[in-house]
Amino acid sequence: MTAKVSYDSVEVGTELPARSFPVTRATLVQYAGASGDFNPIHWNEKFAREVGLEDVIAHGMFTMAEAIRVVTDWAGDPGAVVEYGVRFTRQVVVPNDDKGALIEVSAKVGALLDDKRVRVDLTATSGDKKVLGMSRAVVQLG
Amino acid sequence: MALDQSFVGRTYPPTPAYEVGREKIREFAEAVGDANPAYVDPEAARALGHSDVIAPPTFVFSITFKAAGQVVQDPLLGLDYSRVVHGDQKFVYARPVRAGDRLTVTSTIEAIKSLAGNDIVDIRGEVHDESGEHVVTAWTKLVARAAEEA
Repeated sequence: MTAKVSYDSVEVGTELPARSFPVTRATLVQYAGASGDFNPIHWNEKFAREVGLEDVIAHGMFTMAEAIRVVTDWAGDPGAVVEYGVRFTRQVVVPNDDKGALIEVSAKVGALLDDKRVRVDLTATSGDKKVLGMSRAVVQLG
Repeated sequence: MALDQSFVGRTYPPTPAYEVGREKIREFAEAVGDANPAYVDPEAARALGHSDVIAPPTFVFSITFKAAGQVVQDPLLGLDYSRVVHGDQKFVYARPVRAGDRLTVTSTIEAIKSLAGNDIVDIRGEVHDESGEHVVTAWTKLVARAAEEA
């Protein structure tokens, strides 16, 4: 349960490889099924508008799941993630077309902690707007 | 309407065990488009030191949120679920969730606040395996948006 990245090889400011994650209506239906979250705001436009949203939005937990991939891909062992938290600051609107939306995630080492752990600070945006705030993971490095 | 502060600290009974299956983990990993072999290939997971395939970090939310339903749907608390949005989410792991785990969740209301007419409830879900060992703790902040004035 230790990352392949060594603690000695990183410093505050070390950037992790950034990633972009496309999300379409089909993605949301698949995520609804896999996660068991069938809230219609994630697949039913009419319902979403009735509750005051501009359109169907992605599950916050879907965005949270995508964002941590930047960390798990970097670490090699997903079990090296010992803490992960986010604030959902803005919704990811997913239009009903063949493009959908794009979630762009970047991350850097924000602090060196004890026991060869580091805090990674994540930034997730969609349409140039931040969709996650206070997005941080603690990772056990080797 | 502000929620009853006396619910702070209330702990709900542990849920029946949820058995984590390999194929459920695979289904979740595919849904988030993550091809990490540790989620689908037991050999790859073992090479990393895990006894079976492990689940992606946020997988356990499906289990803890279902457990939080006891709080959300508690008629005595009276949270208006139709106005609830997910505010914050945090996980602290003792170890990753893995296939074969039989997990129970114990939910506790950590805090209740009222802010500008919004009701804010913090729920902690302690997840344990069959042997009683702590696996992960999930903190979920739910915000019930203020109802518009009629």
